[in-house]
Amino acid sequence: MLAVLEYQWTWYRRNWRSSAVTTFVNPLLFLLAMGMGFGSQVAAGPATGGERYVVFLAPALVVTTAVQTAMFESSWSVFSQFKWQRTFHGMVATPVTPAHVLYGQLLWVALKLTFGCTAFLLVAGVLGALRSPWAVVALPVGVLTGMAFSALLVAYTATREKPDSFSSLFRFVVIPMTLFTGAFFPLSQLPGWLHPVAWVTPVWHGIELARGAASGTLGVLPALGHLAYLSALVAVGVLLGRRFFARRLAV
Amino acid sequence: MTRTLDRDASASRGLLLRIVPPGLYVGRPHVIVERAHLVYRRAWTAFVSGFFEPLFFLLSLGFGFGQLVSTVDGLPYPAFVAPALLAASAMNGAVFDTTFNLFLKVKYSKVYEAMLNTPMGPIDIAVGEATWALLRGGLYSAGFIAVMLGFGLISSAWALLALPACLLVALAFAAVGMAGSTFMRSWHDFDLVQLVVLPLFLFSTTFYPLSVYPSWLQAIVQWTPLYHSIELLRALTTGSVGWGVLTHVAYLVVMAGVGVLVASRRLGKLLTS
Repeated sequence: MLAVLEYQWTWYRRNWRSSAVTTFVNPLLFLLAMGMGFGSQVAAGPATGGERYVVFLAPALVVTTAVQTAMFESSWSVFSQFKWQRTFHGMVATPVTPAHVLYGQLLWVALKLTFGCTAFLLVAGVLGALRSPWAVVALPVGVLTGMAFSALLVAYTATREKPDSFSSLFRFVVIPMTLFTGAFFPLSQLPGWLHPVAWVTPVWHGIELARGAASGTLGVLPALGHLAYLSALVAVGVLLGRRFFARRLAV
Repeated sequence: MTRTLDRDASASRGLLLRIVPPGLYVGRPHVIVERAHLVYRRAWTAFVSGFFEPLFFLLSLGFGFGQLVSTVDGLPYPAFVAPALLAASAMNGAVFDTTFNLFLKVKYSKVYEAMLNTPMGPIDIAVGEATWALLRGGLYSAGFIAVMLGFGLISSAWALLALPACLLVALAFAAVGMAGSTFMRSWHDFDLVQLVVLPLFLFSTTFYPLSVYPSWLQAIVQWTPLYHSIELLRALTTGSVGWGVLTHVAYLVVMAGVGVLVASRRLGKLLTS
């Protein structure tokens, strides 16, 4: 399993430059534009929990960014290792089992998410968007939310023969999940029938956790509920992934 | 498409064909459009889904976000942000079509090398690709304008000019995108495209007015292409049209001209060498 992780790391070490820049620059741009720029038009009030807009936005953006990273790391990248580069097939020709390949891949995504969320929090901290030390909770929460999505998506990718559905997935699942789950404005401003849809997504749970922790309004029971839901998604994703990887990589 | 055409015979077609060096242009760019149409007929979901992205942004930012903000520059927030999203989506569509897709065709699937073995020349390819990008962008823009009309976000008859304005925006960005992607060496360079497009999208007065910036930053933003596109469309859909609009138009025309010039030269070099 660690051998699979090491493979990803070796590849990354040779190709890290461009993605490292994006890891730091994207959060900077988003916080500046949406937090500071758009935020200057928003008066602090009950909708933002009485905080400046950028403080309201930052913990949620950690979560949505994590999910977007998870999207890219678990769709085209995994698909290419199945279909185009056939790295996974190469791996199972050694004593590595399909389940190991899956675990190694997921660990790699988790590692990248940790890196991305840390970078985001550093940038947010420098910009003064974090007011409470509890905002650091956004790091594990971001990683967990990203993994909840990634585990399911990796399992789905393992069943695909063509990469066509990924861009629709991005447009119709990931983008709405970023825009309509309470990151940029409280969910209460959307019509009621949309709320249950948001509750199903991992992003909403992640945002509730991260923002609640940062603003100190999170109760213990809701927190446990969100954590349980996200963990359950990870578990389901891993179980499905094991089946699909075994099927696809069967010798 | 399998008809053979003698290059010397085609050179008698009009003045343009006499000026351009033989072999660069044979006046058949429409064939490229026909090809794109054939390709997309098989991937029509990808085609249709492109329309929904700006729509989601409009619903979320205009109406959800908008409740946090009452008015911007005297406009209701959705009316402020919608023309900006229109311009931004014209830019995004044009840039992605002419960078990622173009690069894929030049470098990997070698579509153009195959075309050059037919009577087509590099300029046919450049013009054909640009036309297709415009057609596609125009369809998306028209759809979005219709949605704006439905939500009551258009308050002036000048908005009739919004569609041609969108096409101009798309043309300008497509030309520059195409010129840029002829300099690309590998997929890694495309992170640079993102690095240009994303700040343009976020900072060109898309989501908030220019007055937010300190004056030195305002001066910089006023030089960027998306700023001119957004201000042009915002002026048209809100009806606050003045002579300043011509500046925006001139900026985009120059940008398109320079882009086409560089792109066709570079493509000619890359493909005929």
